[in-house]
Amino acid sequence: MSAAMAAVSPAADTLLNVERLTMRFGGLIAINDVSFVAKRRQITGIIGPNGAGKTTLFNCITGFYKPTVGRLTLHGDAGHTYLLEQMDGFRIGQKARVARTFQNIRLFTGMSVLENLMVAQHNKLMLASGYTVLGLFGWPSFRRAERDARDKAVHWLEKTRLIGVADQPAGSLPYGDQRRLEIARAMCTDPIMLCLDEPAAGLNPRESADLNSLLLSIRDEFGIGLLLIEHDMSVVMGISDHIVVLDYGRKIAEGTPLDIRNDPAVIRAYLGEDGQE
Amino acid sequence: MTAVPSTSAPLVIQAAKEAAWTILVVGLLSFLMVGYQTEVLQGQQMSFVNRFGDVIWAMVLIPIGRFLLVLARGGLLLPPAVLGGIATLYLFGAAVLGLAGSPLYGQLPLPYDQPMVNAIFGVGAVFILAAAIKGQRDRRRGAQTLEMREAAEARQARIARNMSSILGPILIVLAIVIPWTPWGDRAVVDSLVLVMTYVMLGWGLNIVVGLAGLLDLGYVAFYAVGAYTYAKLSIALGFTFWESLPIAGALAALFGVLLGFPVLRLRGDYLAIVTLGFGEIIRIVLINWQSFTGGPNGLGNITRIDFFGLPFERNPAPGTESFHTFFGLEFASTHRVFFLYYVIIVLALITNFVTIRLRKMPIGRAWEALREDETACRALGINPTNTKLTAFAIGAMFAGFAGSFFAARQGFVSPESFTFIESAVILAIVVLGGMGSQVGVALAALLLIGLPEVLRDLSLYRMLVFGGVMVLIMLWRPKGLLAYREPTLLLHGRRKRNKAGVQS
Amino acid sequence: MEWLFELFHQVNYELPKFVQFLIVGLTLGSIYGLIAIGYTMVYGIIGMINFAHGDIYMIGAFQAMIVLLICGTLGISWVPLQLLLMLVVAVALTAAYGWSVERIAYRPLRGTQRLAPLISAIGMSIFLQNYVQLVQGPRPKPVEPVISGGVTVLTRADGFVAQLGYLQIVIVLLTVALMAGFTLLITRTSLGRAQRACEQDMKMASLLGVNVDRTISLTFVMGAGLAAVAGMMVTLYWGNNDFHMGFNAGIKAFTAAVLGGIGSLPGAMLGGVLIGLIEAFWSGYFTAEYKDVAAFSILVLVLIFRPTGLLGRPEVEKV
Ligand SMILES: Nc1ncnc2c1ncn2[C@@H]1O[C@H](COP(=O)(O)OP(=O)(O)OP(=O)(O)O)[C@@H](O)[C@H]1O
Ligand SMILES: [Mg+2]
Repeated sequence: MSAAMAAVSPAADTLLNVERLTMRFGGLIAINDVSFVAKRRQITGIIGPNGAGKTTLFNCITGFYKPTVGRLTLHGDAGHTYLLEQMDGFRIGQKARVARTFQNIRLFTGMSVLENLMVAQHNKLMLASGYTVLGLFGWPSFRRAERDARDKAVHWLEKTRLIGVADQPAGSLPYGDQRRLEIARAMCTDPIMLCLDEPAAGLNPRESADLNSLLLSIRDEFGIGLLLIEHDMSVVMGISDHIVVLDYGRKIAEGTPLDIRNDPAVIRAYLGEDGQE
Repeated sequence: MTAVPSTSAPLVIQAAKEAAWTILVVGLLSFLMVGYQTEVLQGQQMSFVNRFGDVIWAMVLIPIGRFLLVLARGGLLLPPAVLGGIATLYLFGAAVLGLAGSPLYGQLPLPYDQPMVNAIFGVGAVFILAAAIKGQRDRRRGAQTLEMREAAEARQARIARNMSSILGPILIVLAIVIPWTPWGDRAVVDSLVLVMTYVMLGWGLNIVVGLAGLLDLGYVAFYAVGAYTYAKLSIALGFTFWESLPIAGALAALFGVLLGFPVLRLRGDYLAIVTLGFGEIIRIVLINWQSFTGGPNGLGNITRIDFFGLPFERNPAPGTESFHTFFGLEFASTHRVFFLYYVIIVLALITNFVTIRLRKMPIGRAWEALREDETACRALGINPTNTKLTAFAIGAMFAGFAGSFFAARQGFVSPESFTFIESAVILAIVVLGGMGSQVGVALAALLLIGLPEVLRDLSLYRMLVFGGVMVLIMLWRPKGLLAYREPTLLLHGRRKRNKAGVQS
Repeated sequence: MEWLFELFHQVNYELPKFVQFLIVGLTLGSIYGLIAIGYTMVYGIIGMINFAHGDIYMIGAFQAMIVLLICGTLGISWVPLQLLLMLVVAVALTAAYGWSVERIAYRPLRGTQRLAPLISAIGMSIFLQNYVQLVQGPRPKPVEPVISGGVTVLTRADGFVAQLGYLQIVIVLLTVALMAGFTLLITRTSLGRAQRACEQDMKMASLLGVNVDRTISLTFVMGAGLAAVAGMMVTLYWGNNDFHMGFNAGIKAFTAAVLGGIGSLPGAMLGGVLIGLIEAFWSGYFTAEYKDVAAFSILVLVLIFRPTGLLGRPEVEKV
């Protein structure tokens, strides 16, 4: 096993290695034999028409679905590797530190914006509170951890310009703010990989431009890898380092934004058969 | 209710239609059930007595009420208000006379021979009166806009918050001093002990249902575990209440974990039926495991509560001291009752305090997050099963404490005290209180447990009114009496938040 | 060969008992199944546990019993006519209860928080029980058997007889007929279509012109009607009605609905029959006291391995 691993030892900057991933739902093959590599400090764009299997890919990576076939290897910090397809959903967030957002926003709507970000730091705080026992008695190390967690939340609130609404229920925010909050919440888990499912959907052009710079700064400041599903071509083409194109569950193209823009298979997939003429 | 008709004619027609429909429905409902009262004669023969008079009265009064109600909601003030008012006064007055046993009562023409039934119709009349006033106000105010609605909701939340912060301390102080006031006689304090037990149970279940959002319909099982634990420890091993209290809590928590582990993966309502089943299983086992639990008769002769080693006995065994001899007091049966009362207050307040603390801990926030969106929690790396399990176990533990208190108070336990209806009442206390609101839960317990105590004289109608009140409160305030949620931590403090709320 | 003969002998000896338990289980199961349909339909369409449903069944039983009594005083003694009258009147009047309960206690709470209708339903259940206690008295009501006798299925050497009562035949046949009619109603009529549409997406259904209020009301009416049939059966079968008889039957039927997969009509019937059989066999071979424990334990086991019940649609949440 270890010899085999060594033989195909990936390049040092590989973050996620997707190998021959297939996901079936009864008769429907939502993902069909897809392989690609996502690198550290890069934004990997995933595009494709509706129903191409993009969200399903995320669900496999983050453990919501068990892939029918295939292997998902995450190369974590300090040489740890995780076989994501074998891990329980919540452990992927906890141990492998993959964070995600959802296509249809899933915030804790009744809780305040700040609380949403505190919940994201749950595992760290649980440890600091001695699994609640020490915390109940106001143990100093817990107080410190709580303060640090709050500072981190404030940092992200400032970065996403949500600091003014920190005490409002998350559900009461406008749509664009909710999208940003979801990203902030994912970042509060200290991820090494962040999967964003259509973060620009429903944003106006100005908000969308803001989002671009936010994502770029996440990539550059934190050195994490991003997987980005997006329909808005100005976003994907503008900020992706690498793009994977899916259609009917298959990978039909892969390359730099420029390659993709000129790829005949991609044009066909997006414009239908007529695209050829 | 939303559209206010420009003239009252269509409204009257609509109301008449509703009333006609109501006549039909009331007729169908009451024809057999009320019209034919079955009686069991000697020799297992059955016969019936006709009570068509009652049916006819219902078929007249209820449709009239419905008619007036539709008018009232449509914004017509006078007819419903005047008629409703007169009926209220008349029916309630009569009921009071009837209950007071006044001879005048016999001479008043009344629909029913039971004062209580007339009084229930009186409540209906009050309802019409209130609807008329509200309908008139709505009409004057004109069509409601979304903003007005939101503002109203915000106002309600603010009221609920202020009520809680003011009412909470007041209730605590009242609870503490009441035995020393003229109203604090033995019977009242005894009833209050019961109320406080349910306050504690409500607070305990609130962790499970209100915070973690797990629908538990078998909470009483853990209460039973606590009660029987103390009973057995006391009878078999001679443990005192204070010695067995932690054991009872731990054992109940253990049961919570044992039950929770396999079933907490189930989604919402499946959990409900499994917990309900668990509650029933515990009860059935208690009934049938004669040798251990004493079967349907239960276990008696449990050591009553003592004052940290000093029993409350009139005649202490030679060589020992009792509470009153130790403190040089005259023996009084109230000593024990008052002491029980303060014990349960302390236990309940500990429950409350722990809950409030837990809410602000990471675990508490994870509970609430789990209630809101389990999928998102998993994506954040929170282990849903363990998180739910802790809520379940901690909730069960408090039920265990309350159970062993119950056993120490009663001196005997039997399966009868742990039926499904108890679970239902505790759940109702949590939901009626406004899920998650500590003061709300206390108020709901006071209402739901205190009400039947007050209504004890109305024996037959007690539970009827109880069930009806449960429905009515839910209809009146679907989110509960004091529904609001205070964030567990604030960045800007309260003042700033209010301002921000106004701005946005 | 000797052991085979021995085994055959053993089976032959045990068979009559087994058959008897089977008959009893099927009869009970029919009754539970009919009640369970009411739970499952209501849950399917508005996602609430209608706790008052067991009490609707109890009211059905009382009304059937009163019709039977009235038949006695009117001199109607032809059994089929008695049965028909009981069926029609009890179903119609109990349906009115189902309708009213929904209209008064649940409809105003639609769209509020999830637990509000549940608490309202519990309150309604308490109310209905005490209402019946008030108007009909607290004592159990003995009903004289209307249909007696039966056919002998098997006899054992020691004289034990497995009997199939005529009443049991009537109960099972009536249940089968009702189920057939009901399945047609749900699959073939516009009401059934409207119901399924509401189950899928209530808002969308109402935008497309389905009268949602009416559909939900009718769901309650049908559920109550079937519960009334179950009530009538139990009146004839046990003949011992009292005001809290709805509680136990209700819990059992709800368990059956969940066991079969809540929301599924065939599932409710299957669950009902299974619970009936478990009860009958457990009481027969082990102890009657723990029959409910057996039923609940099997429910838990099934749910652990098939979280959506036997025939329930697996729900994969799309994220
Ligand atoms: N849980 C599931 N059960 C059955 N089919 C599913 C499931 N999840 C996804 N699918 C199917 O898999 C296919 C791919 O869906 P997916 O959501 O991944 O598409 P997508 O690329 O994200 O599309 P969009 O751009 O619309 O979000 C679709 O045909 C979808 O219906
Ligand atoms: Mg998608």
